Amino acid sequence: MIRLSHHLTDPLIRSNPVTLQILGICSALAVTTALATALTMAAALIFVLCASAAIISAIRRHIPHAIRLILQITIIATLVIVTDEVLRAYAFEISQRLSIFVGLIVTNCIVLGRAEGFAMHHPVGPSILDALGNALGYGLVLVVVATIRELLGTGRLLGIPMLPLTEQGGWFEPLRLMQLAPSAFFIIGLMIWAIRTARPEQVERPEHRLLSRQGEARP
Amino acid sequence: MTEILLAAILTDNLALSFFLGICTFLAVSQRISTALGLGLAVIVVQGVTVPVNALIHSFLLAPGALHWAGLPEIDLSFLRIIVFIGVIAAMVQLMELLLDRFVPALHRALGVFLPLITVNCAILGGSLFMVERRYDPLEAVVWGIGSGIGWAIAITAFAAIRERLRHADMPEGLQGLGGAFIVTGLMSLGFSGFGGLVP
Repeated sequence: MIRLSHHLTDPLIRSNPVTLQILGICSALAVTTALATALTMAAALIFVLCASAAIISAIRRHIPHAIRLILQITIIATLVIVTDEVLRAYAFEISQRLSIFVGLIVTNCIVLGRAEGFAMHHPVGPSILDALGNALGYGLVLVVVATIRELLGTGRLLGIPMLPLTEQGGWFEPLRLMQLAPSAFFIIGLMIWAIRTARPEQVERPEHRLLSRQGEARP
Repeated sequence: MTEILLAAILTDNLALSFFLGICTFLAVSQRISTALGLGLAVIVVQGVTVPVNALIHSFLLAPGALHWAGLPEIDLSFLRIIVFIGVIAAMVQLMELLLDRFVPALHRALGVFLPLITVNCAILGGSLFMVERRYDPLEAVVWGIGSGIGWAIAITAFAAIRERLRHADMPEGLQGLGGAFIVTGLMSLGFSGFGGLVP
């Protein structure tokens, strides 16, 4: 079990799909203006990723090599449609706020990437763990970004007031920028900076080095 | 029409205000020439797939769309995602064949980018937005081409900035991906300045 658990824990921070491999960012950012939508999106991705990994891994010996991509996409698209319909039926308001982004899980590179890169060559158990780990890593980024954006942008979390607003006599003035698109880019950029400062092995080597720095002991 | 075109290019820019196609946006923006090639491919694919999907949606999938076949009560809109993905993949293949046959020079220039585009969420997103905003087929043509142009402008400008940034002295953790995100954020901030342009 310890041997298998790295499939689950590795993608959380060390090889996080969003911050290290730039996968699945497209949908990650648009749904993070509020924590509720981010949690829903994370749950939807966890379901789609785990179910698609399990199905694809279970039938991996029967998939003809030439048509594997179209088969994988069909399986993923079916699961996404199911998720979308369930959300529409039981959480209509949230599904309206998520707008087209649940549908875009189909083109989320994490899902196809794990199906093609892991589930096609591994048994069902490790595939599900790997899928769960990657989905949680993605969900973690989503939740952190959404918490920052909702808290600083509106002073609320999950719609519940957290910080006293100035218009109600408190001290907190909501930062409108946090509800706009640019803030998501800034927050992810800063997160990557923080992770790479803590784990210097992830730093990308520069293509050029500045002349004045060449004498210094810079790796 | 003009409003839809301007909105598609500037204010509703798919890359900078809806985060669509950001994976490709960050991965294929090291050189201006490749960014321009990918941008052109997106314009062409978007300009073809969005109108085709608009026709399919209004004559096959929308609630009541099968009226012409005598089946007015059938609603196939849940098949939207899977049909659109199929159409996009098929159109990309078809365009690859046609370009190879009739415009080999363009095919050589766009060659490697076309397959990449199938999984670019900007393309599927463009079609899904077209449905959500209820554009008619003519508006869909304008929206498709406009949103492609907007995406192409964004990635070309971004690649130009990144080419200069390679010579910049940034903190180590920000080199590469981190810095790219901050730059995209600043560009997105700039594009939001176009906000008042479209009524």
